[in-house]
Formats: sequence, C-alpha cells, structure tokens
Amino acid sequence: MEILVCVRRVPDTSENEIELNSSGDIERNELVYSINEPDNYAVEEALQIASKVGGNVTVATVGGEDDEEVLRREMAMGAHHGVLISDEAFRGSDGRGIATILKAFVQKANYDLVLTGVQAEDGGAQIGGMLAALLDYPFASLVNSIEVLDGHQLKISREIEGGNKELSEIDLPCVLSIQTGINEPRYVGMRGIRQVASVPIPTFSAAQLGIDGSNVGEAAANVKRVDYFVPSLGQGAEILHGSREENIDKVLELVAAKGGLK
Amino acid sequence: MARIFTYIMHKDGMAADSAFELAAAARKIGATASPTAILTGWGTGLHAACESLAAVYPEIWKIANEVLAYPNAELVRKALQKVVPSNSIVLLAHDHFGIDLAPGLSIKLNAAFLSDVLDIDGVENTDMKVVRQEFGGQVSAHVRGDISSGAVLTLRPGAFKATEIAAAHGLIVDKSAEVGSLAARRRYLETVMAEAGDVDITKYNVLVSIGRGIQEKDNVAMALELADALGAAVSCSRPVVDAKWMEKSRQVGSSGKTVKPKVYLACGISGAFQHLAGIKGNPFLIAINKNPKAPIFQVADVGIVDDILEFLPELTNKVRDLRSTPAK
Repeated sequence: MEILVCVRRVPDTSENEIELNSSGDIERNELVYSINEPDNYAVEEALQIASKVGGNVTVATVGGEDDEEVLRREMAMGAHHGVLISDEAFRGSDGRGIATILKAFVQKANYDLVLTGVQAEDGGAQIGGMLAALLDYPFASLVNSIEVLDGHQLKISREIEGGNKELSEIDLPCVLSIQTGINEPRYVGMRGIRQVASVPIPTFSAAQLGIDGSNVGEAAANVKRVDYFVPSLGQGAEILHGSREENIDKVLELVAAKGGLK
Repeated sequence: MARIFTYIMHKDGMAADSAFELAAAARKIGATASPTAILTGWGTGLHAACESLAAVYPEIWKIANEVLAYPNAELVRKALQKVVPSNSIVLLAHDHFGIDLAPGLSIKLNAAFLSDVLDIDGVENTDMKVVRQEFGGQVSAHVRGDISSGAVLTLRPGAFKATEIAAAHGLIVDKSAEVGSLAARRRYLETVMAEAGDVDITKYNVLVSIGRGIQEKDNVAMALELADALGAAVSCSRPVVDAKWMEKSRQVGSSGKTVKPKVYLACGISGAFQHLAGIKGNPFLIAINKNPKAPIFQVADVGIVDDILEFLPELTNKVRDLRSTPAK
C-alpha cells in the first residue's frame, strides 16, 4: 500500500507561552517548534500499516526550508520518503489553498491512502476533508483505528462523543484524519535523526505540480486572519501569590469549604 | 443578505441542543435573519424532531431517506449539495459530525470555510468577521471570510448562548424528493460503546485531574496518593490517555466522561475546550499549572502558578498531617 502522510511543523503549545508583540502578531523568535502532534500519530499508523501489508510511506509538507526538520524527524521514525512542497506562490494560502496544493501533489503519484493529523495547533481540522472533497475520495475524520480488509477497503473506527466508537468500512483510495492516541508513536533519538541527515529531500514547486498560482496563496485566500488578541473570558482565576506552603493551606481550606474534605 | 441554513442533529425525536445555539449564531450574522433548519434522517423520529423546532425556526427542511437513518457525513453532504442554494451560509456544530462534514461541504458548495468559530462580529458587504482560538486557546484571532460565494461555519458548542427567540410557527417543508438516491463509499457498521473503567469518576465530589504536566507515567502515583488522602478520584485530560498513562474511562471531556464534582483540582491541565466541555455543574475549580498563560486560568476560580510535580507531594503530606491530627 502506498501511503502519503501530510504533516506540519507548528509551535509546540505544551512548551511555549504564546506572547503577542506590539504589531498584534505572535512573537515567534523564541518559539519551540515540533511536528504537529496528531500528524506524528498519523505517520506511526502509516508505518504500522506498511509493515503489515507492505508498501511505502511518504511524508510531505507544504512550507519552506525550516520545515525540512519535521520531514527528517518522521524519516528517522521510518518514513521511506520526505517531500517538501514549496513555492513563493503558496505563501498566505488558506485551508482551501493548502488542500489545492496537496491535491496536485497526490495526483502526481499513486497513493492508496492519504493521512493527515486531525487538527493543527493553529488550524481548523479542515485540510483532510477539503483534500478528499477536491480529489473526490471518501473521507473520515477523528479516526482512532484502522484495519486493512483487502486491497480495496479499510475497516475504521471514529472517535465520537463520550468515548464511543463509530465503526465503518471505507473504500480506497481515501483520506483519513487521524486522532491522537490511535497508537504509541515510536521514539526518535538523535542518532536516528543523524542517520537521515544527508538523505536528499526533493522539492516540488507550483510549476512542477502544474498549479495555477492564481488558485493558491494570499490572493486566492477567501479566509484571512486579521489579527491576534488575548481573550478575556470572564474575570479569570484569583491567582494565589503566596509561598507554596501558604498556597497549600489555602487550597485545603477551599477544598474543605466547598464540601470536598470529609 | 445570503440565506442562512443550520444543520441540526437529532436523536429519539429530539433536536440536539445545537439547534438553539445555531439559531442564536444566525441572529449574530444578521439581526433579522430568518434561518432555515435542515434535518436529515428516516422514520417517525425525524418528523418529531422537525416538529420540536417549529417554535424556534420559521422554516424547517426535512430530508427523509432510508440511507440517512444513521448520519453518515458523506451522504448528508450529498443531500445538502442538492438542496442548499448557491451563495448560502450554512451553520453546523463543531462536534465530531461537523468536523466530518463541513470541510468537504465547503469545497462542494464553493464556499468560504470558517472552522470552530467562537463568536461572530458581523458582516460588512461580503466580509464576515469571526473570532477563533489558536494554540490551544492561548490566543484568539479575528478571522475574515469572503462570503460572496457563500460560507460554511462550524460553531464551538457552548460558545453561542441560546437566546430568547420570538415564537416562530415553523413550516416543515419536505425536500426528500429533491435529494433522490444516495450512495456512499463509507458505510456505517455499528457503534461500540465506551468501556466502563475500574473507577467511576462521575461519582466523586472531588476530582484530582491531571494533564500533560504530569510528564511521565511514574508521576501518576503522585496524583493517586493525593486523591487517596483526600478521598477523591483521579481523572485526567486527553494527553494522559493518549500516552497510555491512564485508562480512557478516566478522561474528562467531550470524547470522555462528563463529570459534576463539587471541587475540581486541575493539575498540569492547559484547559482545552474539549476538556472543559466535560466539566459540568459549575464545580469550584482550582488550577495548578506552571504556565501562567495556560487557558485554564481564564476559567478557574483559583489559580496557582507552580510545578505540580513539587506541589502535589507537599499537598499530599499536608492532607495526611491533618488526617492524623485528631480534631480538637
């Protein structure tokens, strides 16, 4: 089975305190970047499928040179190929623009299965569904298990409310967006990354993919971010500024007062 | 003004709560908006659900089709493509079904897609301005969509408060014939209910709830010891389950359990909305997190900026001291 996994490099929210600068943008200089977490689960799932039924896993991202590091990380995990889809014309693309670019790439090759992470840190859980619609492939979101039935179908499960699972069969080729927790992504050490450090990563431009520049990029985007702001939802918590010991006493007092200590 | 539609889920003859939230959102787009609800399904439950909305929506479109008995996003999308006029605005809940349906629907309707919307600032000419969150809720963003060829919006559950709506005398319009036959390449098989776990976290007055800040599996013991001392249970947020540090049955959130404790100690939990959606009954929420920007501090009653790996053991010791000292 030939599997494509679309990945992204994003600021790691668990490692960062997001700050806004004076121009209303996110202060990006100090940010720690990593692979978008659900994308990493998608790559692991692709690797497990390929090891069971044979085939290759390709990881691709739309971005620039900086984004190569996440491709190499996923290649160190075992992905067979990494591809950078990069062109000035892609800058400022909205979700539909990114899906349009990925569609052109998918049509250059012959993939049986296309995976994305369910959502990016700054995204809208949209690329997988849009890509499927553009390709006219079937789609499922929030996928938390995949079983290959034969060369033409998968049995999948989706995560629905309350931790329940919705089971379906889906025809290949298809696009699936992968939920975190579907597997346990393998560990990638520095050694693994060094081993793939010099593997060439091919780059595809708009012209090579036959993409009309007027359909992608900022000019074609009908969804645009205007600015960032810090939300003020209600009054927020009363922050305790005491010493740790004082804070502990206060917490116990509050727990008792609210009926929690018996 | 573009025509506004809402897609409403239903069960056992009752429309989902989103019916009211989506109606409120439609009125934020245009104060005089006269939104039309669309319901799909099969059998008597569908008609009852349509009737239940007659007081809220002036018009309700009913699409009855045997293959729509279970809401399969691919089939619902094909049905909507046939009945929704071009340049319309379609509103859906940002839940597991909206996430499944909406992005592809926006492509097929050639409409702008605005996902997981928290608020609608308004529409000026062909621009709609909305509020979204990014980076796990640490920052919000204003986003502008060009809706000249229509728009599909998914709205965060709970973000739009159902407002008092002037009583409508909703007309139910049967659109089934316009849809015709439908075939899917994704076929629903069955729903597997979540397994019950060893501890029922919905039964406790106090929950010690842990998130990514617990950092590794061995540290879960710290929370278990504190809960033991307090007579509480340990619950958790999604990353802890994803990492296989705790069972799924311990997870609080929209894809886990809904809990109603008196006190909720959020330890190393960032406060993603999917997690908060599982906390009901307005408990006293105490948040401990070393990131002062964590969104949990926006919703907590009391917050402490500290490292839970140091704070929790000391708290446990203090509780044990109190317990071993006889009351005077």
